[in-house]
Amino acid sequence: MRILLLLFLTALVPVAGKCQPAKIIKLAELKALMDGPSEKIRVINFWATWCAPCVKELPLFEKLAQERQDVKVTLVSMDLDLDPNPEKVYRFIARKKLQSEVLILDEKDPNSYIDQIDKRWTGALPATIIINNKTGQRKFVGRELHEGELEKLIAETL
Amino acid sequence: MFKRNPVIMLKNFCLAFCAALLLAAAAPLSPGYEVGDTVADFRLKNVDGKMVALSDYKDVKGVIVIFDCNTCPYSKGYNDRIKALHDKYAPQGFPVIAIQPNDPAISPGDSFEEMKKQAEKKAYKFPYLFDETQQVAKAFGATNTPHVFLLKKESNGFKVAYIGAIDDNARDASAVSKRYVEEAIQALQKGSTPATTKTKAIGCTIKWRNA
Repeated sequence: MRILLLLFLTALVPVAGKCQPAKIIKLAELKALMDGPSEKIRVINFWATWCAPCVKELPLFEKLAQERQDVKVTLVSMDLDLDPNPEKVYRFIARKKLQSEVLILDEKDPNSYIDQIDKRWTGALPATIIINNKTGQRKFVGRELHEGELEKLIAETL
Repeated sequence: MFKRNPVIMLKNFCLAFCAALLLAAAAPLSPGYEVGDTVADFRLKNVDGKMVALSDYKDVKGVIVIFDCNTCPYSKGYNDRIKALHDKYAPQGFPVIAIQPNDPAISPGDSFEEMKKQAEKKAYKFPYLFDETQQVAKAFGATNTPHVFLLKKESNGFKVAYIGAIDDNARDASAVSKRYVEEAIQALQKGSTPATTKTKAIGCTIKWRNA
């Protein structure tokens, strides 16, 4: 019975993966998303599957995306900087059943693109940017976030 | 007579707010060293149990200080490149000093015991120091691992010549196009200023102690 259940769950994994395909993007697309007009406040989290503090804080972003209709959460995976194969990210999304939009950044020369994303970013993961393009407010956090902090930061951009 | 002064009230509120912000910040507040700054001496415990100080390095032209750890995949990816840097440049007067700043309470794989195992397994020929209080990492303004601070020896101490990544390709050592640290050392050897003095790289954040 247990084996049957396991087989059933394993069969579900690829389906779950298909629900949230992670698009591989270049810096230009990310910049367009950050700078373009948006009805919603954008919360962009930079993470990687290997990064323990990133994985720990992911549920906060998932919860935020579910609770706030005025917020659009985007999780930008930096995994390709170390490993050219995105398979690990796809499997992670399926395993954790991530509901938020996941993008995978595929760029070379981090020294040139990190400053283009945000000058305050050292490149260390995790990092989070909150963008309210209606007020022009942009918050940057270069560390792991804790319960309640995202809501506070969003309020500061209103 | 005892009417509250709104200016003072506002000032007090701002002070309290700033204090709260200071307390809330888990990361170090000091921005750390910039290129050109003179570095304060430090003394930390090496994996062999002996203390190592920067001021012990008397007959060198400089030192490659690298904040590094056991657990970060970037540290693992750069391990052989760090060893190669030491092998190539220690004989030329630029040895490596590796410093592990992560709090083992958050990252158990970076305990002093695990550091000893790592140094032994990888046959480190350079010191691998434990920054237990994280004061050295804070003084330098290190943020991730591996994070390089190339120091140049001058008559009055060590000056920061380069801060940042080892090269521009973490994924593939054979596909590197810019060897930042090597290029900086070579510039110092010629008596000139490195063309690139500061770079950024994706990496693991230093695991700071919970405030």
